Amino acid sequence: MARDSQAALIALNRFGFGARGGASGDFINAASDPRGFVLAELAHPNGALLEVPGLLSTPELGRQVFDYQFEIQQARNAAKAAQQGASETPPQGPDAKPQQRRNLSLPSAAKEIAGKDPAMQPQAADGANAAMTPSAAMQPQAGPPKPPAQPLNIIQKTFRAEALARLQRGVVADCGFVERLVVFWSNHFCISANKGALARMWAGSFEREAIRPHVLGRFSDMLKAVEQHPAMLFFLDNQQSLGPESRAGINRNRGLNENLAREIMELHTLGVGGGYTQDDVTALARVITGWTFAGRRGQLGTPGSFVFNANAHQPGPQQVLGKTYAQAGIAQGEAVLSDIARHPSTAKFIATKFARHFVADDPPPALVAKLQDTFTRTDGDLRALATALVQSNEAWQAPLTKMRSPYEFLLASGRLLARNPEDPGRYLNGLNLLGQPLWSPAGPNGFPDTAAAWAAPEGIKLRLDISAQLASQLADRFDPRDLLELVAADAAAPETRRTIERAESRQQALALLLMSPEFQRR
Amino acid sequence: MDCSESLTMQATSRRALLLGGASFAAWAYLPKFARAADGRDPRFVTIILRGALDGLATVAPIGDPDYAGLHGAIALKADGPNAAVMLDQFFGLHPAMPEFARMYRAKQAAVVHAVATSYRDRSHFDGQDVLESGFPGPGRVQSGWLNRALEALPKGERVTSALAVGPTTPLVLRGAAPTVGWAPTALPQAADDTAMRLLDLYQHRDPRLASALTQGLQLEKQAQGDEMKPKPGGGGVAAMRLVARGAAKLMAADDGPRIGALAFDGWDTHANEGGPVGRLAQLLGGLDGALAEFQSGLGARWRDTVIVVATEFGRTARINGTEGTDHGTGTIALLAGGAVNGGRMITDWPGLKVANLYQARDLAPTTDLRAVIKGVLHDQFGLGERVLADTVFPDSAPAKPMKGLVV
Repeated sequence: MARDSQAALIALNRFGFGARGGASGDFINAASDPRGFVLAELAHPNGALLEVPGLLSTPELGRQVFDYQFEIQQARNAAKAAQQGASETPPQGPDAKPQQRRNLSLPSAAKEIAGKDPAMQPQAADGANAAMTPSAAMQPQAGPPKPPAQPLNIIQKTFRAEALARLQRGVVADCGFVERLVVFWSNHFCISANKGALARMWAGSFEREAIRPHVLGRFSDMLKAVEQHPAMLFFLDNQQSLGPESRAGINRNRGLNENLAREIMELHTLGVGGGYTQDDVTALARVITGWTFAGRRGQLGTPGSFVFNANAHQPGPQQVLGKTYAQAGIAQGEAVLSDIARHPSTAKFIATKFARHFVADDPPPALVAKLQDTFTRTDGDLRALATALVQSNEAWQAPLTKMRSPYEFLLASGRLLARNPEDPGRYLNGLNLLGQPLWSPAGPNGFPDTAAAWAAPEGIKLRLDISAQLASQLADRFDPRDLLELVAADAAAPETRRTIERAESRQQALALLLMSPEFQRR
Repeated sequence: MDCSESLTMQATSRRALLLGGASFAAWAYLPKFARAADGRDPRFVTIILRGALDGLATVAPIGDPDYAGLHGAIALKADGPNAAVMLDQFFGLHPAMPEFARMYRAKQAAVVHAVATSYRDRSHFDGQDVLESGFPGPGRVQSGWLNRALEALPKGERVTSALAVGPTTPLVLRGAAPTVGWAPTALPQAADDTAMRLLDLYQHRDPRLASALTQGLQLEKQAQGDEMKPKPGGGGVAAMRLVARGAAKLMAADDGPRIGALAFDGWDTHANEGGPVGRLAQLLGGLDGALAEFQSGLGARWRDTVIVVATEFGRTARINGTEGTDHGTGTIALLAGGAVNGGRMITDWPGLKVANLYQARDLAPTTDLRAVIKGVLHDQFGLGERVLADTVFPDSAPAKPMKGLVV
């Protein structure tokens, strides 16, 4: 078998999360059959699903948040009542309230998740983690084994458990191509956990339920699953949008919120310039009124589940992109989504974005055309799309000019150093520092996907600091020269090899390896 | 109470966790004429509000007979509790901005109303690209107008300190002119020797990474010793102040940057925008605090400073069905600083009758934002009309630099 080291580098880094350490043999396997190495993962029928004991469904998680919020409310009411009973005059003074809020408020709790841990605590007992081999860690754990001093609330616990499951899957995956696809689609259809308690609670289940089942399935199915998922409806305010002439709209004198409708067209399907107008956005907003989720009391259905609320739905036919949709109820919106999923602009938008993510900021037009054709011809078969990408020559000929995103960089480090996480804290903090907080992009357009975005001066300096930190803790266990063989073998540039060999310590050599172009570029 | 808590939570949405959605970057050089003999040493700051600020809620046309009806439950009022601060007979400033009101009274702040870029669609991302790139339409994201303005300035010494929060440079300052930035970190630093070796490797293997690392190292060094430690997830409002405080401190120094840009996220108020109190009020309070930080931090240099606050577009004149506003067109720009010819409302008010609204839904733009910025750049740095119309804001000749914005 011919061994092609450069192609192995592409297979591992462009398509996957990088070579695993230990005795994985990833680089050798990738070198002997680069395409086959990447495509092998696509063959597993349910390879994208993440079913981990302890991870719950969206309605179950919703119920927990509702209960938690209800308890807080009750406690607050009780405290208020007690205060009022204790004094003659009702306590209007501000003194007592901030105290209560400190203990109970959801926003502060949600913020704490993101930021309370000092970044990458150096003293964290990571020995067990670091020693873990991928194979020893095939049974991911759902709960953080080292709870921080302050007890975590249910929202923090859930977020960390979901994060941990995703990170562990990424660390142990063979090539990681399917996980890369999950991350791509999850960012394409992103929500942000910063929206509030429900979004933070549902960030993981949204990906498990709406993204993963369709990553190797049909785009139109993913689109429908996403736009009907409570997390997306919450993130883009659709649960608040009422048909102005619906019963609820008339009774409550409220109406449309076009946030979700606009982003469906602009970000999820057609793309800017994809041929829609403001009238189309407004019409789609009307079409999807009533798409919501049931609240705590479950008047509309199982709390925390997607429901169609006919009372909130704008009655009557609507015209979207020149076509009239006369269907009643939920079928109207589903028909529109089904059509725009198959719109030529959608095929072009998706093909371009897909090629940009994997291959180059300005992807080869021939590749984009090929992917667009595949998308159209297969009726949006995403497995076929991924296969077409890997089968193309362009994807193997383009130089490695993209930067690993912070998520890819941290996972690749974890894989190489056989550091299967038991606690997601380090990864989450690292992602926060590097500007890619997990499931929390700044806007509905997701995290940036260009090399420039991730190669900014501050970002590079921070990566170096993180690499040095990792190396200072873990380098004793490795010979960096061996690791270079696992990462790039003879695809490593002579300068890189020399830099690592001449380093003054193992620590320094490992930090330099993690920062080398061979490790940072993809 | 519960209400305000849920609003707090919404206020943090769509905002980067790490830095609370606030960032600062600056030109890596002093203009040649800095520290000139005549003592004038101009500073320029632009603050980009990402997400589309509701101009009608910030500087409310209370005197317009249609305003109260359109803005409904969230409309500001001239009297009563939390009344707007009337800037003249017609316009009232949001009560969350007392510092700006004070500057306005001191004739160090002005409002441009019914203003917009040349962009007329309603995508945030394209709108921000147009606002920051300075090109007439979207799709040009290689460089920003402020960076191209820098290229037209005679370059003096390199600044010896700079601070930028946020791992990426905002588009407005991206481009060929070198910029500096810094991200605060609680991490121990990599050893200098390791960094130098890596730099050597990059210089041989990857010039782009070499240049990024070089800048990153310099900035980190300069920022050391500064007690600024923005807390991750510390909330956007506090972050705005914090970033402004750091930026002002650096820009006040004799060898600090003169020209910088800040970006604040989170202005996309689709639902429960709030009136005199609430979500938008909190954000405006953060912006107001940031402006105050600039005034106090710049000290004597405030006298020579102009700050331009701008956003990608406005929001619908009529509130939507969820007591928020959807993407619109015309909005406001704010000017603040000791060099501003202030105490003025600058507007050609189009009125809010349905027939006067842009596409019967948005405040119609009557002033081109580019004219405002060009006017400031001309007056502050002496940039000529030609370079402003061709290079800084390409194809913008009809939008002549507005005169008299700077004292």
